[in-house]
Amino acid sequence: MTPPLLEMRSVGKRFPGVQALSDVSLTLAAGEVLVLVGENGAGKSTLMKILAGALQADAGEIFIGGARVKIATPQEAQHLGIGMIYQEFTLVPQLTVPANISLGREPTRGGLIDAAAVGARAKQVLGELGLELPFDVPVSKLSVAQQQSVEIAKALATSARIIVMDEPTAALSDREIERLFAVVRRLRASGAGIIYISHRMDELPRIADRVTVMRDGKIVETRLAKDFPPGEIVEAMVGRRLSAQFPKLPALPADAAIRLDVKGLSRAGIINDVSFSVRAGEIVGLAGLVGAGRTEIVRAIAGADSPSRGEIRIDGQAVRSGRIGEAIADGIAFITEDRKAQGLVLGMTVRENVTLAHLAEFVDRDLLVDVARERAATVRMIDELQIRTPSTEQLARNLSGGTQQKVVLAKWLLGEARVFLFDEPTRGIDVGAKSEIYKLIVELAARGAAIVMVSSDLPEVLGMAHRVLVVRGGRIVAKFDRADATPDRVIAAATGAAA
Amino acid sequence: MWYWLRIAAAVAFVLVLVAIVDIASHGSFLQASNLVRVLRQITYNCILGVGQTFVIITAGIDLSVGSLVALTGVVAALFANAVHLSGFPLIAATLIVAVAVGSIAGWVNALPVVKLNLPPFITTLAMLEMALGAAFILSHGRPVALQSSDFQNTGIGSFLGGVTRALHLPSIPVPVIWMLVVIVAASVLLNRTRFGRYVFAIGGNEEAARLAGINVARVKTAVYMISGACAAIVGFLYMALFSSGSPQTGTGDELLESIAAVVVGGTSLAGGRGSIIGTFFGALLIGVLYNAMNLLNVDSYLQKVLLGAVILLAVVLDELRKRYFARS
Repeated sequence: MTPPLLEMRSVGKRFPGVQALSDVSLTLAAGEVLVLVGENGAGKSTLMKILAGALQADAGEIFIGGARVKIATPQEAQHLGIGMIYQEFTLVPQLTVPANISLGREPTRGGLIDAAAVGARAKQVLGELGLELPFDVPVSKLSVAQQQSVEIAKALATSARIIVMDEPTAALSDREIERLFAVVRRLRASGAGIIYISHRMDELPRIADRVTVMRDGKIVETRLAKDFPPGEIVEAMVGRRLSAQFPKLPALPADAAIRLDVKGLSRAGIINDVSFSVRAGEIVGLAGLVGAGRTEIVRAIAGADSPSRGEIRIDGQAVRSGRIGEAIADGIAFITEDRKAQGLVLGMTVRENVTLAHLAEFVDRDLLVDVARERAATVRMIDELQIRTPSTEQLARNLSGGTQQKVVLAKWLLGEARVFLFDEPTRGIDVGAKSEIYKLIVELAARGAAIVMVSSDLPEVLGMAHRVLVVRGGRIVAKFDRADATPDRVIAAATGAAA
Repeated sequence: MWYWLRIAAAVAFVLVLVAIVDIASHGSFLQASNLVRVLRQITYNCILGVGQTFVIITAGIDLSVGSLVALTGVVAALFANAVHLSGFPLIAATLIVAVAVGSIAGWVNALPVVKLNLPPFITTLAMLEMALGAAFILSHGRPVALQSSDFQNTGIGSFLGGVTRALHLPSIPVPVIWMLVVIVAASVLLNRTRFGRYVFAIGGNEEAARLAGINVARVKTAVYMISGACAAIVGFLYMALFSSGSPQTGTGDELLESIAAVVVGGTSLAGGRGSIIGTFFGALLIGVLYNAMNLLNVDSYLQKVLLGAVILLAVVLDELRKRYFARS
């Protein structure tokens, strides 16, 4: 028996505070499409980064064609015939298609780039894929689908035999997806092995030979695609988690007043006529696929982006949209998706981060910041939220993900916000910190705040929200009450597949 | 514990160096009058560096400060010659005019930065040229001699000369007092006010600062205005020192040496980190170095080479220190 094209054996990876992968084993045969599914944070990307040499595993072994290999750098991965096609393209936008395909390995003649050979190689590779692309314009002028084809051609030009695609259809139209699948099938027929990461149940039967489901850093199930109905895949992804993980939601009084009212919110090409309201004490979950427009909706409410149309009211009072300072003054708190890029100033202390949005309240005689009062308020927050930091003067950079998220929360709890917008509040933090954050969110609701929670973690949305709104293509396409919100219904609405 | 050991090590190192230089210069280095001389020499670059520190902490840069020294000096001299004032009102009014011109130039620097997100390297480079040209146009290319002698004390006088003489201390030049006032005021502004906190926040993470409701454009505009105002104070002090406003003053090594003082003082060009006191010590290090090299009769061309090497060494050591502590 010939050894498989790729075998990963008992791979493990630990990040500070999180076991990202444990005991992961998978095989990939030549001429096979293996679809890897799992929720955000399940460990798919970490696993693929290890394969691509971008991350190092703490445990486990990798075999290619039966030979044990060490993949220390992306260059080594390339030499071993591993090609990665990331969601974010790695093309140089100003260069042409042939120049991108040959980038870093330009054929030369007499020390100069051999333009004819560059063109010939591009033609040959694109021919193998059955593609035709313009050669004389910068790739920035091409459509997203075309750029993706260039990315695939680039991988192929390095003689990649193992090709990893990370959610390749996320930004493509239906026709473009069909064309991409044709390319993938040609690759398969040529004997390459393809690992295909996806979120979309509807495309699985059309492309997959086998399906592997990951959850919480482990592989939970691998089956032939034809023996793995979508319903069972979703079940395997979501798992039978303990419901105790989520605190009990307080019942919403029938007469609770409308706190946040959004009407006709639109932003050209991104958000389309979004209307919903949230009552005092209510938690509304926004579900949907990555890129569906959920983050954009909460950003518009928070004033981080200016909507082109629409009205936002808090307790009946209109909020001037597109101005963050005024949104904060009106009682809106926006806890962003990306703590490090948007939520925290990592080089500042816990204290400085906690008081940043409400520093005016800590100023004496309109002049000097009263550090002692800041410290007292921060200590109060540290106690209340059980923030695990040695002191108020610790740099935010040195805290774990869950603790950082609590610091971001503390920043917004310091004010008198009535509306809380959470964007992926528990992404990338461990289970213990997650349930603490859930408790805090429920507590806020119990105190009468209106809460909007964007989450890609389906059990989280289902377990934490009084109502679930499903967003697709910048619109709200379905609304479910808690009792009616089942995983398959929500996923069906989010992917556009009939349930 | 470690912290104090490191401080002690640094102090010991400096003391040894000082002792070596002092012995080699036959005792002239440690004389009080020589140390005061160093302070006077660093005054101008230090004040420029203080303004620059604000800009650099927001991850910006102000290349126009040297030209603004020239422009504000010329404008101040023309103003002082044109108005019928004398004594304190003349000095105060002239200073206000100079600072106003410097601040407006800073505002112009900031406008394309905050409105169009243009790199400050370019906008302040353009201002460098424009301000220099304007200084030459206004002065017709010649120094504008001051008609009043009321500025003499500001430029070359001694602070509380009677007291220092009575105590047999070296006299303290008035510009040094200006420097100390600027340092103290800037330190309070940067470390104790909301504005200062926002400067750090913007340099550390502009998007997080924006989402916390901070008016990023306003804060950024203010830092360039502060830098322009500091350049104006230097232009004013030079004018008082030379009794004239010259379009060539400030256009030599001032710009780069003031930036060097900021960087050697531990302020990160990437933004988010820095201090006024660090800038003072950065300027002091450069000043002491020049002074020691002069006392030791080091060739003046070689002095430049050594200064560059010390600047490089300082930032390399700082980077290594950061990496070491990032790992542990």
